[in-house]
Amino acid sequence: MADYIVHVTIENKPGISDPEGKTILNDLVLKGTHQNVSKINTAKMLKFTINENNKESAQSKVQEICDELRIYNPMVSVVTVDAFDA
Amino acid sequence: MNVGVVVFPGSNCDRDMFHVLSDVFHMTPQYCWHDKPLPENLDAVVLPGGFSYGDRLRAGVIAAHSPIIQDIKKIAEKGIPILGVCNGFQILVESGLLPGVLLKNDSLNFMCEWTNLTVENNKTPFTNQFELNAKIPIPIANGDGRYFVDDETLNQLERKNQIVFKYDKVVNGSSNQIAGVCNEDGNVVGMMPHPERAAESEINPHDNKPSSLIFESLLKKIGASN
Repeated sequence: MADYIVHVTIENKPGISDPEGKTILNDLVLKGTHQNVSKINTAKMLKFTINENNKESAQSKVQEICDELRIYNPMVSVVTVDAFDA
Repeated sequence: MNVGVVVFPGSNCDRDMFHVLSDVFHMTPQYCWHDKPLPENLDAVVLPGGFSYGDRLRAGVIAAHSPIIQDIKKIAEKGIPILGVCNGFQILVESGLLPGVLLKNDSLNFMCEWTNLTVENNKTPFTNQFELNAKIPIPIANGDGRYFVDDETLNQLERKNQIVFKYDKVVNGSSNQIAGVCNEDGNVVGMMPHPERAAESEINPHDNKPSSLIFESLLKKIGASN
């Protein structure tokens, strides 16, 4: 058993409006000199530290926790789970 | 007429709701702390507004895992009237008792202002004293009040008459301007605006009668079933 760091990124599904991302794009980035930026999506990230047998089981356990406890709302959000060595 | 007012850490409209239920409409409310079992003698339950758990993670989601929610799910199945206001509405959707989700307002602002609702369903325990399409001047006070459902769920809400209140204009970007919905049976109702802040003439500069009818509907419903 070892500690693993698991990153959970929660972001809107495509088609769900993201007014914060639009504001950052239109009122900050595009008002500067960065005209090659076309889209910004905001997201929420959680970092779990979890003790598991291996990286794969750390990732699947955190995915299970996210589903069970509605860490993300499946109607509007998608979640990406990535595990790393601590 | 025993009405439970559920209190979570961070609820802040519980006392306003208690006052309106007891002093204005002469019901017998009682506070129900979130980690205690729900009393068994309740005729109705209200989840008041506030910021349970400081809206951490997502408005209402942590409160939706409180022990009392299991009891509320059981009485919901029995047809007991349940009303969620503002954060109470957010808790009801996050607990799966109502469909949809409440997202940040399009403006990203906390909105505290008077709105006008129209009554879209007058068959619920909280709207049975209204004419269909009646108008209700009523305040909102929220940051995460934009009701969202996907197209399939929206069709279902319309087909099953689960849309209870709509704003009369675009307020915050809600799907179809929805301000309140109910479950399929109609006994669980959630709404973002605050009827407890609008049912007395002293605090309503417009017309307090329509908001009063929300509570009078409940009196009618409870009276009829007792």
